[in-house]
Amino acid sequence: MSERGIQWFRFTAPANFYDLAGRLIPWFAALTIALFGVGLYMGLVVAPSDYQQGDSYRIIYIHVPTAWMGMFLYVLMAIYAAIGLIWRIKIAEIMAKSIAPTGALFTFLALWTGALWGRPTWGVFWVWDARLTSMLLLLFLYLGYMALHAAIDDRQRASNASAVLAMVGVVNVPIIYFSVHWWNTLHQGASITVTEAPTMAMIMFVTLMIMVLATWVYSIAVVLARARVELLERERTARWVQERLEGERR
Amino acid sequence: MFRPLLALLRRDLTLALRRPQDALTVVGFFVVVVALFPLGIGPDPEFLRSLAPGVLWVAALLAVMLSLERLFSDDYRDGTLEQMLLVPEPLGLLVLTKIFAHWLITGLPLVLISPLLAVQLNLRPEEILILMAALLLGTPILSLIGAIGAALTLGLRGGGVLIALLILPLYAPPLILGAGAVDAVMHGASAQAHLSLLGAMMVFALFATPWATAAAVRIMLD
Amino acid sequence: MMEFLAMGGYAPYVWGSYLVMAGLLVVEMLQLRFRRRSLMDWIRRMARLRVQEENQ
Repeated sequence: MSERGIQWFRFTAPANFYDLAGRLIPWFAALTIALFGVGLYMGLVVAPSDYQQGDSYRIIYIHVPTAWMGMFLYVLMAIYAAIGLIWRIKIAEIMAKSIAPTGALFTFLALWTGALWGRPTWGVFWVWDARLTSMLLLLFLYLGYMALHAAIDDRQRASNASAVLAMVGVVNVPIIYFSVHWWNTLHQGASITVTEAPTMAMIMFVTLMIMVLATWVYSIAVVLARARVELLERERTARWVQERLEGERR
Repeated sequence: MFRPLLALLRRDLTLALRRPQDALTVVGFFVVVVALFPLGIGPDPEFLRSLAPGVLWVAALLAVMLSLERLFSDDYRDGTLEQMLLVPEPLGLLVLTKIFAHWLITGLPLVLISPLLAVQLNLRPEEILILMAALLLGTPILSLIGAIGAALTLGLRGGGVLIALLILPLYAPPLILGAGAVDAVMHGASAQAHLSLLGAMMVFALFATPWATAAAVRIMLD
Repeated sequence: MMEFLAMGGYAPYVWGSYLVMAGLLVVEMLQLRFRRRSLMDWIRRMARLRVQEENQ
């Protein structure tokens, strides 16, 4: 860290990020509560039950959003990791690290809800369906990223090394998906075909989109909050941290 | 340009030949794991035959994975790896050379011993041929991808277990294609599509992974 | 109300999904809050120590 010239970057910019995130989080938190409130009410009470699957289809309202979030967050994490690695931007490194636990959580929830939806629908908790299998591999990729980050003591080295892993992983995600999909179509032994409902009633579609939005704003809020803590941890001796603590109560 | 690479290759092979037990351990592991499967699932020849492609591939994959830790660790410990950063040749090519040497020592013996195990599991001659072709195309992919994991865990405590977590999810595509090739022949289909995709994957890995490995080595030696 | 809770006979699956999700999200937020608090305490303690040293 001999580059004296960019010290403003290391201190002022994190401080700005810290303040900006602090102002944004309450808004996203409020939006999260509102959207989850509306979405849950519509999904569990207003929307009629499906004529084939009965009420078990209501799991879809959280299964689909969590699955999308799990996949999307991995790509986003890899993008931030690449930005952090190539342009040495601290905030990007912190964002990549902060996204991982939330992404892993959503991937796990997608698997969990998928299994609980599969039991009444297919009769088994788990089928080696292409989508479930690639989600499982995605969860392993998240766990590998977090394990590598945790295993390296030096902070800079940890973010650089796990950035390489995230980039290798994101290149592999489509390859994994297509090979698993191909493998699945070749092994069509069981009579299980997983198809989406061809037409979805309007109310169901709207509810699903509200739940998708809710998981979005939840992810933004919680990732920003984690990035703030992460930032404080890295810069706990910096002057701006001390200044902000004077004004803030716990 | 190629002279230093050849020298490096010869050095790695010489070192491996001086300690043949390292390579033999990997082959031994492969044989033992495959031999344990019938004990676990029963001796029915037809059933074993249907499981054989998957069993052989998973065992080969684990054997390669176990050997990965040694890919860079000796050179890391005695400082050779740091010297390599100073050489004018691109680090990616040096890494590729080391991976090639590693494959000659661990991957190739697995390919050569596989017919013996395949016979034990009742595979037919034409299936064994496809198995060898698939392993010949697939084991380099395992070494190439694995090298990234080996580089990322350089000097870490418990690196071996961590490599498994980092690398095994990335091994899914070659496993699917490799075992699928044998499976296809077994069911009277052609293995051409599997083998072509496996070959394409190998070429892609050949060009892409050495640079990722080189970047990882640089980061961990930084 | 009972009908709502029964979810047409699929109660274990539906509530098993929704409650586990709610629980894990709450755990995530609480864990974050706990981490933030203990970090804040550490920083404050260090600041106090520094003030004491300066006064001596």
